[in-house]
Parts: sequence; structure tokens; C-alpha cells
Amino acid sequence: MPSSKDHILQLLRRNRPAAAELPMVAHAWTTFADPHAKFAEVLELVGGRAIRAKSVDDLNQHLSQLPQYAVAKKVVSLVPSVGTNNVDLSTIDSPHGTAVVDVAILPGEFAVAENAAVWVTDRQVPFRVLYFLCQHLILVVPADQIVDHMHAAYERLMQTGGQPQGSKDGRQRNDFSEPVFGAFISGPSKTADIEQTLVIGAHGPRSLVVCFLDPTS
Amino acid sequence: MHVIKTADHSTAAAAFIANGDRVRWHDSAIWFARTKRDRASHGVPEWETLRELASKIKLHTMSRLDEYLEQFEANATRLGAHVHWARDAAEHNTIVAGILNQHGVRRVVKSKSMLTEECGLNPHLESQGIEVTDTDLGEWIVQLRNEPPSHIVTPAIHIRKEEVGELFHEKLGTDAGATDAQYLAEAARRHLRAKFLAAEAGITGVNFAIADTGGFVVCTNEGNADLGVSLPKIHIACMGIEKLVPRATDLGVFQRLLARSATGQPITTYTSHFHGPRPGGELHIVLVDNRRSEMLGAGDFRRTLNCIRCGACFNTCPVYRRSGGFSYGATFGGPIGSIIFSAREPRQHKSLPFACSLCASCSDVCPVKIDLHHQIFISRRQLANLGLVSFSKRLGLRVVAAVLARPWLYRFAGSTARLALRISPRWPIYNRFNIWGRQRDLPPPPRRTFRELYAARKKTPPLPYREG
Repeated sequence: MPSSKDHILQLLRRNRPAAAELPMVAHAWTTFADPHAKFAEVLELVGGRAIRAKSVDDLNQHLSQLPQYAVAKKVVSLVPSVGTNNVDLSTIDSPHGTAVVDVAILPGEFAVAENAAVWVTDRQVPFRVLYFLCQHLILVVPADQIVDHMHAAYERLMQTGGQPQGSKDGRQRNDFSEPVFGAFISGPSKTADIEQTLVIGAHGPRSLVVCFLDPTS
Repeated sequence: MHVIKTADHSTAAAAFIANGDRVRWHDSAIWFARTKRDRASHGVPEWETLRELASKIKLHTMSRLDEYLEQFEANATRLGAHVHWARDAAEHNTIVAGILNQHGVRRVVKSKSMLTEECGLNPHLESQGIEVTDTDLGEWIVQLRNEPPSHIVTPAIHIRKEEVGELFHEKLGTDAGATDAQYLAEAARRHLRAKFLAAEAGITGVNFAIADTGGFVVCTNEGNADLGVSLPKIHIACMGIEKLVPRATDLGVFQRLLARSATGQPITTYTSHFHGPRPGGELHIVLVDNRRSEMLGAGDFRRTLNCIRCGACFNTCPVYRRSGGFSYGATFGGPIGSIIFSAREPRQHKSLPFACSLCASCSDVCPVKIDLHHQIFISRRQLANLGLVSFSKRLGLRVVAAVLARPWLYRFAGSTARLALRISPRWPIYNRFNIWGRQRDLPPPPRRTFRELYAARKKTPPLPYREG
């Protein structure tokens, strides 16, 4: 008896339809004159809030005015000089240990204007669950790292790093070449499963603030 | 397996529509989702371009599905994932149970996956003493009620908040009579967070798998999939083999369409990309055929493999909105479910393609341009060829065909019918043989026929048409 894999592949080959061309994904996609403004507008619609900070000091000033930050007992910050970290992650050996975190201040790599999504990965955090398990999430994104739409977002992720000589197999490297977790996060956790009534804070963060930090700072 | 055995759609729907208030509420609740979808799609000027691209990308993928699956497996394996192949539901369940038993797992959390519903995974695992918790709030509600989901995106759409309040009062000890969604969701949050923290493995579905990277994408609004697979070390992802796209850059197209079509959101809150296991973790991907390869060879029905399970065709369907998800008696219903399940099991699901007025609204909203109403029409023809259409329907159609083929008979039948409708008492027309007339009256017969109007018009030409 052939293996299930061979069996399925055989069936697929037998039932293979006529060839159909793979289209190029290219178009004059909608762009925005002020992508940060578009991002902020959409983020508000999905229950989050965007902040623009000129410097780290300015950002800390903004943070101190956030009620969720002011009352937080356990704060994790993995963004240098931003917020006051009071949880020593090096003493936690299982992601379950982060369940006590009230506010997590974490890095976001870039933002997408059309849908207020921020790309995050587990490269800069010891536990990826921090993005989802904390009570309140604050993402800090360099202000110049913003794209208009999802096409540009994926093109950016699939851009090769230009260092194939550094790899053993000679493959081009992109964001997905190595084991990695990455997510687009747009707004706080939410549900509308009870009579389509929107409830913010389903299982994950009850709030999301995205801070754009000017790169000159 | 969560399959409700029913005689046919209209019999099952009769029970649902007996409660007029509930039908009106259900109809308007789901129409609300449709209006949100309209607003979101109208905000994207290139919407039609995206639909066209999505359709072409999927058709191309299906034309080389064997190659893309092998490419996906090679890339996923290189990233450290274990890839399994399952011919059918039983093999899928055996593989998943095997992985869990091998690790001695007794508590599993699962995010929404119509595939595991199709395969009947929960009862299989439960029969082996494994506790499975569905963590999407809607799915958890229907699980607590021991019901299947009634909609592929909003599984508890048929349940009113008063009923959720009663359920939670009984199962979770919330206040009696509570109906506030915020309060009830908070109670669910407390209970489910404990389940996440106690789970020894997480199971997810897959929205998209990427051939050229070996990764896959899971979309949720609640964050339940991410919590479920970022705490325990074992992640099992179950996917139908049709979930592939060739390139990561294709996702730009699908992500822009999916959430807007489903709920009117610009993107789901969490769109998570898994490439390989997390450090110290284990990632299993189960590729499931379960008759999808057969569908690939089924001519017209092949396009159903394009489906990205957004639920837009459910929300727009006048029959679904007024008859509810359970009236279909299949893993899922609506326009897409009617085609898939009547093609797979024509005898069991022969009534589904007739739960349709052929209004074609589903085809208009489908983000991947499946010609749903046309396929429903083809389904009917196939059922007729298989001799699965009821005698009364066959007889009726034969009479209509005979009349329409003979202009003299058509004219005669028309004038007779108009006269009969004017002078006849109700009983010869509205009796048990007139199925159509059970809930409906025929319109009053027109005084003049189209033919008469046309003849009169030719005698006195109308005034030339003027703007304004």
C-alpha cells in the first residue's frame, strides 16, 4: 500500500486541471499622503490608540499619562529606556511565568497604514506569548518604519538580506528563512461572539497603544 | 461527529422559522455583518482587482497542487516542523491523537478550525480521555451547549445573549439573568485563561499555508490561537490541502480580502505567521485530503477549493439568514456548504442545492470569485442525473418544459390560468400538492398580458424618450 502522501499526490496528479497562469501581484495600489494619520485613524476604529513621540523622554512622558500604565504593578519593557521594567524575565523559565504581567512594552518592527497593523516577531522577545498574555500592550515602532498596504508589507518581509554567502546552503535569506514567529497585530484582543456585541479584551490584551518614536531620538 | 441528521433542509428550516421573532433577529444580526462587509470593501478602490487576483492565484495553485504541497513540505521540514499526510478524517484523527498520546497530553486547547469540525476531532480525542477546549468564545459557547457551530466565522450567531447568560450561570456560576456581553465575556476570559495556562498542547487550524516559505498563517480576533500555542510546547496545525498559496507575497491579496469580507474589519486583530517550531517546542502540520483531491477532478466544483472560509456568502444569503445554520445538516451550510456537501454525499445532502433562490448575491460578494450560484445550479442538474430529485419536482419541471416548448400551449395555459386564478375558489390552487403555495400566494393575474401590451405598443408608438 502506498504511503498516504504518495496516495494523495497520485490522486492530485490524476485529477490535475488544465494549467492556469500565476498572475503577478502588481497594481497601482492605494497609498496615503499621510500614512501615520491613516494608521491612527484606523487604529482608533479597531479600538487602539496611536501616539507620536519626538524622543524617548517624550515617549516616557506619554506613558506616564496612560491610566493602564499608571496603575500597573508588573511592567515588562523590552524597549531600551522606555518605561520602567520591574519583571526580571531572566528568572522566568517558562512562558507561563509571564501571566502576571500587567503592561508589556514591546518592539514592533514596522507598521501598515491601511489596516493599523504592526509587525512583531519573537526575535527580540524571550517569550512570544508576552504579546498576547499581558493585560495591556504597548508597541514601540520607529516612526519611519511604516508602509502603505499589505503588499508592501509582504514585499518587505520577503526582501532578501543580501548576505547569501553567510548561509551554509547558499539560499537567499528573508524574514521567513529561519524558524521565526511573526504576527500582524491590529488593535486590542476583541470578540463579537455574544450577539455581535463588540467586547474589547477577549482573551488577550485589553488595550493597545502604538507609539511611533522619531528615529532621530 | 457533529452532524445533525435531518430529512431535508426545508423540514429542518420549518422548525427554525416557527419562531418569527427569532428569524427576524437572526436575519438582521447576520445582515449587519453583510453591511459591515460592504462598507469595508467599498473603502478599497482596488477591491475588484484583488478579487480577480485572488481567484487567479487560487486557480493556478490548484492546477499544480501536488507540486506546491511537496514544496511546502520540504520548506516546512527544513524549518523543523513535522509534516503528516492524512487521506481522510479517520487518519487525521489518528495522527493527532497519536501525537498527543505520545507526549502523554491530557488537556488540549483548540482554536477555530472547520477542518477539525469536518473530521470530528473533538469526540475522537474525548473518547481517548483527552480534554479538548474550544477557545474561540463563540465555539466555546456552542461546545458548552453540546452543539456544532452554526456559522463558519461566528459559530454562536444563532444564540441570544439571554441564553449565553443562562448557560454561563449554569456552567460558570455567573449571576443569574446576566445579559451584558462585557460581563459574560469577562467571565469567559477568566475561565479560558486558566485553560490556556493548564494546556499541554495547542491545536489550530490554518488560514493560509505558504509553499515558498514552508510557513502558515492563522487569523483570530481574540488572540486565542496565539495563547493556545505559545504556552504549551506542542503545536499541532491541521489544514486542508487546498489552503496553500504559492508565494508569501500572495498573502497581501488574501489578507486584504479575508477580514473585510468576513466581518468588515480591515484585518483580523492577530494575523500570525508560524515558520518552524518555537525554541524548545514542537510543531506538527497535518495535511488533510478528505476528498479534496476528488473535488479537484470534479469539473465545475473545483472552484470550491478556492474558498477561504470568510463566511460572506452565508451573510448575504437570504435563505441562510432566515433558516439558520443547522437547517443544512452538514458540517457547514450556506451557499458554499450546499455545493461541497451535496457533491460529496449527494444522497445525504440532496436538498441543499434547492435551499437557494439563485439570486446570485453570494457570487457577487465572494472574495475569491467562486461562481457559487452557478455551481448550485449545476449541483441540481447532477442530482437530477443521479435520480435524486423528488417526484413532484420532476413532474412539475416536465410539465413546464412541455408547455414552454409549444407556443400555442403556452398561450392557452396562460389565459386559462389567468381566468382560473380570477374565478376559482382557493382550494383547487392552494392545496397539499402545491408546495410552493404553502407560504405564498400567487400575485393577482394581470389584466393584460405582455403579448397584448406589446401588440398595442406596436400600433401606437410611444413618444421618443427624453432625459429628465
